[in-house]
Amino acid sequence: MLLEVRDLHVEFHTRDGVAKAVNGVNYSVAEGETLAVLGESGSGKSVTAQAVMGILDMPPGRISGGEILFKDRDLLKLKADERRRIRGQEMAMIFQDALSSLNPVLSVGQQLGEMFVVHRGMSRGDARAKAIELMDRVRIPAARERVGDFPHQFSGGMRQRIMIAMAMALEPSLIIADEPTTALDVTVQAQVMDLLAELQRELNMGLILITHDLGVVADVADKIAVMYAGRIVETSPVHEIYQAPAHPYTKGLLRSIPRLDQKGQELYAIKGLPPNLLHIPPGCAFHPRCPMAQAVCRTDVPPLYTVDEERRSACHFWKETLDAR
Amino acid sequence: MHADDAGREGLSGGSTLLTGAREADRTRPYAEGDPILEVRGLVKHYPLTRGILFKKQIGAVRAVDGVDFDLAAGETLGIVGESGCGKSTVAKMLVHLEPPTGGVIRYKGEDVTKLSGRALKAVRRNIQMVFQDPYTSLNPRMTVGDIIGEPYEIHPEVAPKGSRRQKVQDLLDVVGLNPEYINRYPHQFSGGQRQRIGIARGLALNPEIIVADEPVSALDVSVQAQVVNLLDRLQAEFSLSFVFIAHDLSIVRHISDRVGVMYLGRIVEVGTDEEIYDHPTHPYTQALLSAVPVPDPSAREHRERIILHGDVPSPANIPSGCRFRTRCWKAQERCEREVPLLAVPAVFRDSGTPARHDSACHFAEEKRVVPPEERREGPGAAGEAQPHPPDEDTPGSGGTDEGGGEGR
Amino acid sequence: MPEQKPWDETTGSGAISGAGAGGGMDLAMDEGTTLEKTPGGPEGTGPAGKPRSLWSDAWRDLRRNPVFIISSLVILFLVVISIWPSLIADQDPLDCDLSKAQEGSQPGHPFGFDGQGCDVYTRTVYGARTSVTVGVLSTLGVSLLGGVLGGLAGFFGRGWDAVLSRITDVFFGIPVVLGGLVFLSVVTSSTVWPVIGFIVLLGWPQIARIARGSVITAKQNDYVQAARALGASNSRMMLRHIMPNAIAPVIVVATIALGTYISLEATLSYLGVGLKPPAVSWGIDISAASQYVRNAPHMLLWPAGALAVTVLAFIMLGDAVRDALDPKLR
Repeated sequence: MLLEVRDLHVEFHTRDGVAKAVNGVNYSVAEGETLAVLGESGSGKSVTAQAVMGILDMPPGRISGGEILFKDRDLLKLKADERRRIRGQEMAMIFQDALSSLNPVLSVGQQLGEMFVVHRGMSRGDARAKAIELMDRVRIPAARERVGDFPHQFSGGMRQRIMIAMAMALEPSLIIADEPTTALDVTVQAQVMDLLAELQRELNMGLILITHDLGVVADVADKIAVMYAGRIVETSPVHEIYQAPAHPYTKGLLRSIPRLDQKGQELYAIKGLPPNLLHIPPGCAFHPRCPMAQAVCRTDVPPLYTVDEERRSACHFWKETLDAR
Repeated sequence: MHADDAGREGLSGGSTLLTGAREADRTRPYAEGDPILEVRGLVKHYPLTRGILFKKQIGAVRAVDGVDFDLAAGETLGIVGESGCGKSTVAKMLVHLEPPTGGVIRYKGEDVTKLSGRALKAVRRNIQMVFQDPYTSLNPRMTVGDIIGEPYEIHPEVAPKGSRRQKVQDLLDVVGLNPEYINRYPHQFSGGQRQRIGIARGLALNPEIIVADEPVSALDVSVQAQVVNLLDRLQAEFSLSFVFIAHDLSIVRHISDRVGVMYLGRIVEVGTDEEIYDHPTHPYTQALLSAVPVPDPSAREHRERIILHGDVPSPANIPSGCRFRTRCWKAQERCEREVPLLAVPAVFRDSGTPARHDSACHFAEEKRVVPPEERREGPGAAGEAQPHPPDEDTPGSGGTDEGGGEGR
Repeated sequence: MPEQKPWDETTGSGAISGAGAGGGMDLAMDEGTTLEKTPGGPEGTGPAGKPRSLWSDAWRDLRRNPVFIISSLVILFLVVISIWPSLIADQDPLDCDLSKAQEGSQPGHPFGFDGQGCDVYTRTVYGARTSVTVGVLSTLGVSLLGGVLGGLAGFFGRGWDAVLSRITDVFFGIPVVLGGLVFLSVVTSSTVWPVIGFIVLLGWPQIARIARGSVITAKQNDYVQAARALGASNSRMMLRHIMPNAIAPVIVVATIALGTYISLEATLSYLGVGLKPPAVSWGIDISAASQYVRNAPHMLLWPAGALAVTVLAFIMLGDAVRDALDPKLR
């Protein structure tokens, strides 16, 4: 198992109280596998990823429990520079907005080359050659001519490819992509996701794809973990979850998305709003919005029940949810 | 003739960029059943200048380059397109936040682009806007009650002073918020709630047309459905007409009666939702539809993927002839010479198929890109990532559907 | 199925209400606060169910800031003794006795006497009035002039903006102290008004720049466009929408500038072109006392110390205000 997150807890100390952003998250990614982490704002999906990468803002954030096992070593117990080395070479992250993640005053070639100069001790000339090679790999046309261009001179889709190039420059074992296509147009989105999938196959990397877009997930992921209020509420291989969700939240989400191939009547809408992380409802965090909530949901936090060998659901009534199609 | 309580100012024939005597009229008499909004030849060019003291124009960014459409009363027209296609600029021109460089916008027969002063203010009452970003579209230092009540301060004739508070509370109720929150500030609400406040503000003057510029794009998925339902309900309750601008094709299909697809400043195809989504004839529309991810893993195998090569050209440097030709797999020599008109393509003119709708392509051809639900278990279609070459179809011939439907 | 009103939950329970998200929580909480009505009962089982404006948020932060508390107390004290110096000084600052010149501390004269035999303590106390008056009035003048001109330039842009920017460029080029020496040396009056006038004349461009930038930023927000789409007049947009949202940086800079204006007045008076006797100013006293600093340091120490404390107090206040109005926390 490449990455294993065990019972992770992250909180944020604000002047209004303590916000529990991540409350006991468990997931794992194997080599060559794509895990999609699905959730809306406040679900904790990004915070978990940042904790794994080690780029969380430590005050006001605080990792209050759990383990992050990467290649069988607990990252939380490592020393800072060891952590940094891993972060640079074996794990990489792709962010949503490439324009703000790339340094505007350095050329693209310089930023790509820097990876090799710093981590592999290459000369500037060799690093630049490597940069061109990378740009070719991510299919940026006329790479040789454009290696000296600056980020703002590229379109959004190209910038995202440059980010991908930077991420895989040192051939990491794990890539975390945090909403990589949300800011992109639909046609560009398709290109970028294709590229990511292709590179993953080539390098046999693990990929964690964080998104709220159920459509993108269907195209790309092997398994999916749905998060809500800092907890995982359902995990499943990707095929089954669309046909037969085992958690009311997943079900609600699937039903509330308008479909390209259907024109329906009124959209199903999950009532209510995502919870305030300062005051997570007791028991099951979803119960105020759940059409199936019963008394037990208000008091008992549901554990991840086993639905079958590869599926889990944190709902007391997962069976009923599954059956009520 | 037209009833116009605020009086009119200087409606001149003016010069337009259009040919045709019909479009040169700035006003036409309005009768029941006519389109409530007629847009003809709408243009917005931003000049590119050089020089500090004496500016010389060296070109223009042609953000909107000739847009025509109609909006019928009570209808929702969706306008889709990717970033840079000009749809937001069209929205701004409809509510007169940006003055058009050319073209006509006829509201109930009267051209509103040249209005100013009190006449403009009167028209503003009837065409309102809902903005995209719930976090910047509300003044953070005003209470919700003030925000929704501001339209009444600007147009005091709509609501006498004493009744305003009640009206604001009624509006809060209508959009699904607790009227007791009238004194709260925007930052005390969530994104979806703020968007509702924005909608309430748009409704305050009881407009006939609402232009919604990406109203749900910034919201969480589970909240989007709530707001879309709200808009649907409000349309029925208040007999509104919507111009719904978005880049999310699924949402646009759901809420719209008719849909227009924009590319690089022009509409390239327009029709009912069924015509556009199930029987697209313009290659750009087809590419767009094929790229939308559908939340269904089994559809992965059965969908045809059209990947466009190249980047969108800069609006300052628009290709000659058909502007889509630089990325189109069907491009021929004619496409470089001749600008395709947005009209029913010749090949469909006499048939009764749903493909018979306006499409700006010399070689329009119907191609079903979105698989209908029941065909998902059928024989697999083409594989991944290949542009679809027009092999068996000669240019100008009618299209073939993927099995069934009209053919040759 | 009719759309469920979010505040009309009839199933499920649990309080999801509460205010929060004052900010600084970008990572975890986009959806911020929710104001759901709990079924069947009054809402607000979380903290602060009341309306909370951004100003009240800022005030709440300020109140808790020790820097703010200390500096405000000092400033309050200064303001009070400016208005009623007799509260703590019962003598006349101009009542001097040459025979006592340069004498040190004595009963009834805790700070000793200066070179003219005037009571240093009394002069120090009365000096506060000058400093505070000059500081406050200059700041008001600068803020008004700079704020209005800069705001209009930012709002209307183009021609206005170009003209204003060139004018401010010119003024920025004038060295302040040198300019003071030149302009004020022709003035014979010994009151505060020429000094205030001069400070306003040279100080307004700084505020104008800030105001202009702040207005341009505020103008880009959608809510200004929304007001325009409703048919709002320019004055409404400026006064109702832009000004309240653009004023914070101006307040911050102005408060800090206050301290520097006090210091500037003292400098000009020290150089002999600011206030002149019989006006009482720390600058004058410092100037007069500087030659005697070896023998009679008390003559210099007390006015200089008072000046330092006063300027520091205003600058600290400005700092605290800036922290409270920081856009990240808005």
